[in-house]
Amino acid sequence: MRHAKSDRIALSVLGWTVALVMFFPIFWMVLTGFKTEAEAVATPPSLIFTPTLDNYADVQNRADYLKFAFNSVFVSLGSTLLALAFAIPASYAMAFFPTWRTKNTLVWMLSTKMLPPVGVLVPIYLLFRDTGLLDTRIGLTLVYGLINLPIVVWMLYTFFKEVPRDILEAARVDGARPADEIRHLLVPLSLPGIASTALLAIILSWNEAFWSLNLTASKAAPLTAFIASFSSPQGLFWAKLSAASTLAVAPILIFGWMSQRQLVRGLTFGAVK
Amino acid sequence: MTISIPIQPGRQVIRRGSRRRVRTLPLVAPSVLVLLLWMIVPLAMTLWFSFQYYNLLNPMLSGFAGLENYRFLLTDPALWTAMANTLILVGSVLAITIVAGVLLAVLYDQPFAGRGIARLLVIAPFFVMPTVSALIWKNMLMHPVNGIFAWITRSLGLGVVDWFADVPLLSIILIVAWQWIPFALLILLTAMQSLDNEQKEAARIDGAGPVAMFFHIILPHLGRAIAVVAMIETIFLLSIFAEIFVTTSGGPGLATTNLAYLIYSRALLQFDVGGGSAGGVIAIVLANIVAIFLVRTIARSLDR
Amino acid sequence: MATVVLKQVRKSFGELEIIKGVDLEVRDHEFVVFVGPSGCGKSTLLRLIAGLEDITSGELSIDGRVVNDVPPAQRGIAMVFQSYALYPHMTVAENMAFGLKLAREDRATIRQKVAEAARILQLEPLLERKPKELSGGQRQRVAIGRAIVRKPKVFLFDEPLSNLDAALRVQMRIEIARLHHELDATMIYVTHDQVEAMTLADKIVVLNAGRVEQVGSPLELYHHPQNLFVAGFIGSPKMNFLATRVTAVEAGRAHVALPGGGSVAVPVRAEGLAADAAVTLGVRPEHLVAGPADGTVPARVFVVERLGGGTYVYARTEGEAMIVVEVDGDSPVQVGDRIDIGVPAEACHLFDADGNALPRNRRHPLAQPDRTHASTAP
Repeated sequence: MRHAKSDRIALSVLGWTVALVMFFPIFWMVLTGFKTEAEAVATPPSLIFTPTLDNYADVQNRADYLKFAFNSVFVSLGSTLLALAFAIPASYAMAFFPTWRTKNTLVWMLSTKMLPPVGVLVPIYLLFRDTGLLDTRIGLTLVYGLINLPIVVWMLYTFFKEVPRDILEAARVDGARPADEIRHLLVPLSLPGIASTALLAIILSWNEAFWSLNLTASKAAPLTAFIASFSSPQGLFWAKLSAASTLAVAPILIFGWMSQRQLVRGLTFGAVK
Repeated sequence: MTISIPIQPGRQVIRRGSRRRVRTLPLVAPSVLVLLLWMIVPLAMTLWFSFQYYNLLNPMLSGFAGLENYRFLLTDPALWTAMANTLILVGSVLAITIVAGVLLAVLYDQPFAGRGIARLLVIAPFFVMPTVSALIWKNMLMHPVNGIFAWITRSLGLGVVDWFADVPLLSIILIVAWQWIPFALLILLTAMQSLDNEQKEAARIDGAGPVAMFFHIILPHLGRAIAVVAMIETIFLLSIFAEIFVTTSGGPGLATTNLAYLIYSRALLQFDVGGGSAGGVIAIVLANIVAIFLVRTIARSLDR
Repeated sequence: MATVVLKQVRKSFGELEIIKGVDLEVRDHEFVVFVGPSGCGKSTLLRLIAGLEDITSGELSIDGRVVNDVPPAQRGIAMVFQSYALYPHMTVAENMAFGLKLAREDRATIRQKVAEAARILQLEPLLERKPKELSGGQRQRVAIGRAIVRKPKVFLFDEPLSNLDAALRVQMRIEIARLHHELDATMIYVTHDQVEAMTLADKIVVLNAGRVEQVGSPLELYHHPQNLFVAGFIGSPKMNFLATRVTAVEAGRAHVALPGGGSVAVPVRAEGLAADAAVTLGVRPEHLVAGPADGTVPARVFVVERLGGGTYVYARTEGEAMIVVEVDGDSPVQVGDRIDIGVPAEACHLFDADGNALPRNRRHPLAQPDRTHASTAP
């Protein structure tokens, strides 16, 4: 659609205003990470100041932070790998050898994701307590693997289905056995899809803030819980907390930006593509 | 064992699944089994506990409670406050995010300078972990002494709003809406881009101005996507937890206690397993009602 | 010997029978075309021969060997798909080499075979490109190259030209004809375009709703269609059909009424035909003439299509039936004119009430049972 020049300028202004307003809190957090504690709470809030890396240095030096960060990484990667291990064969089977059961299975898996976590908080908590899984990385990894499994299966299923059937048939005529098909065609052609699925699973695990708050304490707490522990801080903490938060948020922000288009598919269970 | 693939409009060729004799059951079974366990065991336990007297603080109290927990809960005004709060929370966030999402989708569908980067900035809030978001809003923006909002209103001579004391539920609504607007935007923008240009051009030739275009072409096209966004958001918004946990702990009083937080406080803070489980069952029933609609919509998209 | 024989082959998908008992024989070096309207089962039949679908009942033999249960890669066939089905992440050379690689041939042999195929199809400059960098016609050739490289006994083509624009289609048609001549291979080709069928085939198999309507050389189908369906399918514009009645029957001749009061004596073997029987008269537009002939039909012109080299005149008879005549390119005919359309008796076809053709007395000299082409192979 062709717009008059003035229209386009108005659009730019509007588009950028909204963007800046929405991004402002994050921007402010990042900025505060570079201030001294005194500056962080100063009023009027300052936009111009001498940046310092002290906070970041401090955060890195505190063993706590690294431990929590490691927990986040472990649990996110671990649960994603777990989910992929279960999901890839399942999605492969359902995408290429569908039976009358396939659709029902997919829809049922979806419905398990709609269970409100709070509904099973009690038994899971008690189960974990009694089996020693409470406050362990393994326990959290298992939970995340399970809650993300439906989304991973769905996303992979839709990506696998997009491999055109006649390419696979051509390979069969060329003499490919199932293993050849998977190795030479399926994996290379759906690698981008598998990658974005993994990315989404990592993002969802990293940001998950229910089980991480309830099932962990000091040993296995990921960054979500670590940050949550500062909910009633003393004002002197702000700059360091901002620096820590920036570190916690930055990687996921970048992942999210990279995979935004593919995420839509996973977030809507394929209903919008 | 047939799959129908439409090849030309109005015609269908029935193609059979591949002849390969690969057994699919062992490939799918592990996932199904594991999810089945994840669902059935805790659900069964929740149901069981909800009919028991079970309080971790008082191990003496035990035995079959029948519907006592439910009766206690349903006559507890706290439950109804929590339900009301939940509905207000979900309803408001839905309204804000969908309206904003639609408008922003229309905006970001138009080309303008640096649109790509602006788009990245707008969707950023969705990827920030809820605990960080909550803390930023609570302490940097809404804080009555050090917060930016306070500074702005003070500079304008308008006094200060102590957000979490004066308008706690609204504050939570704002935080959650901020996080979920990008979600709605992302999904609706994707749906918008499937609106083919020729339809828009035909409408223009028919004389449609921007407003008519919006209401008669764009909105109907987005209809299904809006429904999907609404349903998915509802499922997740029913379980808002972290933001409340980090900012108000449900208070002041019960002002920001939603169903999820109520159950949490009953079960893990007051150690009332029986009561908490009963609440859990109620939450599950509520979620199921919405889930049925969502599942049907998605199942239909599978047939495409 | 690369022969393909189908005996009573049937194919059902669940309850639905798509192929209803086909008997067919494809000879060595023959170019056979399966043709028919959408949904007639021609692609399904091809896929059965390829082995991409199971045969429900009946027997399929390739080169004398029953192959019902043999996987596609071992049947000695190669297939060119309608969408080309090129491997998007591999180069042209890798696409062609894939089958050989899977068969574990050594690199030198692979390189040589790929080079040979590339030479035949003029793909040499494109060997390192990926499919998305190629035009439609180039992708088409790569798909064919992938088939050639396997040196199959039988080439299978599934509507290979449907995705190309008109000009390219004509060009590729010539390419395929040239290929058949150069490779001297057995080819089975599926299309819905009867022009492709007529120009490429040694033998055409006309299919309709899962059954074979007729098998024969292009000209045999043109001059001696065995039923209404084949008569209406072959030839463009379509043969004119006039529903009419027999007025008199003699040995070797049937007189039928024409709209407008005239009649024509059609030279067919008319024994068994009752007087006053309902029949359908068929005449091709290119055989009708402007001006009186053995039979004459007065009509009124409502559309004139001028192509320069010829003119198609669409007219309505007195009974409101439509009739199409091909006349000279310089004809002065106008819309609204009343004309007399001449029906030469020799050009008429007659079909009984069941749609079957009555045998014509004289066989057209060019209509051999099949057009066997001279093989250059030893």
